[in-house]
Amino acid sequence: MDRNSFYGPVDPARDAGWVDPPARKGFFTDTSICIGCKACEVACKEWNAVPEDGMSLTGMSYDNSVGLGASTWRHVAFIEQPASSGNQESGVRHDESHANLDVLALAGGQGDPSPPPASVDLGMPLPTLPGAGGEDSSVPFRWLMESDVCKHCTHAACLDVCPTGALFRTEFGTVVVQDDICNGCGYCVPACPYGVIERREGPKNDHAVGVAQKCTLCYDRLGEGMEPACAKACPTQSIQFGDLDELRQRADVRVAELVEAGVVDAQLYGHDPADGIGGAGAFFLLLDKPEVYGLPPDPVVTTRALPAMWGRAAMAAGTMLAGAAMAFLGSRR
Amino acid sequence: MHDVPARDAPRRRGGGRRKGGRGEQLMVPEAEFTSYYGRPIVKASPWEVDIPVYLFLGGLAGGSSLLAAGADLQGNAALRIPMRWTAIGAIAVSFAALVHDLGKPSRFHHMLRVAKVTSPMSVGTWILTVYGPAAGIAAAVQALPVAPTALRRSWIGRSGPLAGRIAGFVAAATAPAVAAYTAVLLSDTATPTWHDSHLQLPFVFVGSASAAAGGAGIALAPLSASGPARRLAVGGAVVELAVSEYMEKQMGLSAEPLHTGRPGAMMRAAKACTATGAVLAVAGHRNRAVSVLAGASLLAGSALTRFGIFYGGQASARDPKYTVVPQRERVDAGRPVRSDDPAARPAR
Repeated sequence: MDRNSFYGPVDPARDAGWVDPPARKGFFTDTSICIGCKACEVACKEWNAVPEDGMSLTGMSYDNSVGLGASTWRHVAFIEQPASSGNQESGVRHDESHANLDVLALAGGQGDPSPPPASVDLGMPLPTLPGAGGEDSSVPFRWLMESDVCKHCTHAACLDVCPTGALFRTEFGTVVVQDDICNGCGYCVPACPYGVIERREGPKNDHAVGVAQKCTLCYDRLGEGMEPACAKACPTQSIQFGDLDELRQRADVRVAELVEAGVVDAQLYGHDPADGIGGAGAFFLLLDKPEVYGLPPDPVVTTRALPAMWGRAAMAAGTMLAGAAMAFLGSRR
Repeated sequence: MHDVPARDAPRRRGGGRRKGGRGEQLMVPEAEFTSYYGRPIVKASPWEVDIPVYLFLGGLAGGSSLLAAGADLQGNAALRIPMRWTAIGAIAVSFAALVHDLGKPSRFHHMLRVAKVTSPMSVGTWILTVYGPAAGIAAAVQALPVAPTALRRSWIGRSGPLAGRIAGFVAAATAPAVAAYTAVLLSDTATPTWHDSHLQLPFVFVGSASAAAGGAGIALAPLSASGPARRLAVGGAVVELAVSEYMEKQMGLSAEPLHTGRPGAMMRAAKACTATGAVLAVAGHRNRAVSVLAGASLLAGSALTRFGIFYGGQASARDPKYTVVPQRERVDAGRPVRSDDPAARPAR
């Protein structure tokens, strides 16, 4: 136990009792070069035999997997914004913005039918060269894509609150569920400040139904000296795997480059060992505020307040004991 | 299987539903915040009705064991006997509810592999492991007078009364922990309404437990024997109502789910039942029928408190507003949580 075992910068593998562990491993996900191909989602499903997680269309841009969960360990978020990315030309052109056009109502004939629109421009990006239509007709547009994953926190609330020891800290500093130990109490689910881990629901023939599930940072592959499946499959190196120290240095260089190039909102997320979770093992370069991507702006591990909670619970228990004693004083009956 | 979300504009106005007619004011101005298609950020617990039922029954059991032990010391069998049966009945149903709520009920014993102070559920498991059998023995020996003669004359029958006494005191010693730890169980999560109540919730829960157990005593024991139960019930009700009021004031935005929707209705009903029960407990100390009504009202109030807080928390996890807005305010004010900030370090 270190004085920062509960909160603050610490080497999680050593703090968990590993003697002479390898360098802490992690992901640096650079969303500025993500192309939304979902190779990471597919590779993760394939390697880890993760079952399907719903097959419905959501209307959330190109995102149909919605968010991380028991059966989605890599999730690509898609955000469409009427903004430009640095000095890029969007290549999107139309005469006016259709941001307020209700295309579903028009298609259903509930819109204003007279006069019928000759054609409805859905504002989709066009495969034309940037600037081909003259500068004045170009409207700002950008797509943000972000491959989200378990953060493998330095101070992992899911691991702290697990009552069976199913969740453990690996020698690589990552956090992994042992499927055969977890009894599905579900406590890790509300504990996670990112909403990552989830109890798998579904038909009982899957050994992991009823068990908490999340990314393992491909613990089995790491043990063989291989990189995780998602990083292996990423065609643009948006997902970079390696020693966390080196990834953090690389990220600092990259974010400075972007800011210099005029992408003013470029920011690192989860890279700081002094943040509320002691720094993430999987951190990100974002182009907008974290909550735009569905990430909490300032997450804190819940167990930071645990000493205070136990103190108050002890006081309350003492109060109850004293109250019961007083109830019996002052009269025989 | 994911629910398909309603198509929300990525930026939407926050703010709970304004309720008219009750003179209710929103405690904070409406906040504008950004989210990802209105999707939740943190996940609500997968727990169902088992858990609020357990919160209520665990508290009832704990309070009952305290009353039973006090009555035992007092030589007040008319109060001791029903309280010991109440305790074992409540804790037995609690065990069933807790196991039923697991994703893999057949693995319930995996809780006993480890003891972890960082896990309130692990701590609670060990508290219940001591408390449950003690409450069971204390209740079971009360059945000896109607047991077969052979059993009564065996060593079990002869050592029963002493064993029951000792077991009753062991149960009473662990009972306050049974009632209090469940507050930490809820607070030690990222569920906004549960976490933000962490400094007061243990007192709300022991108050609620005392009110429930006192109510059971008032209802089940004769008037001449139920004085201590009446005093415990009134004291518990006062603590629960007063601390709840203070807790909801200091929580800010995350108190909103406790005032709106179904959880809000549960919390209002809880306060009405608890207050009514306390008044009737005092007014009806010479009337058995009024006392039974007081007990029922106190029990209902305690149960509704647990349900309201449980479902209020679930609602706070499902709406990204309660996660994003306070965190965004911290960041925008230049005060993100940092471990290298001496003011932000938790007290040891």
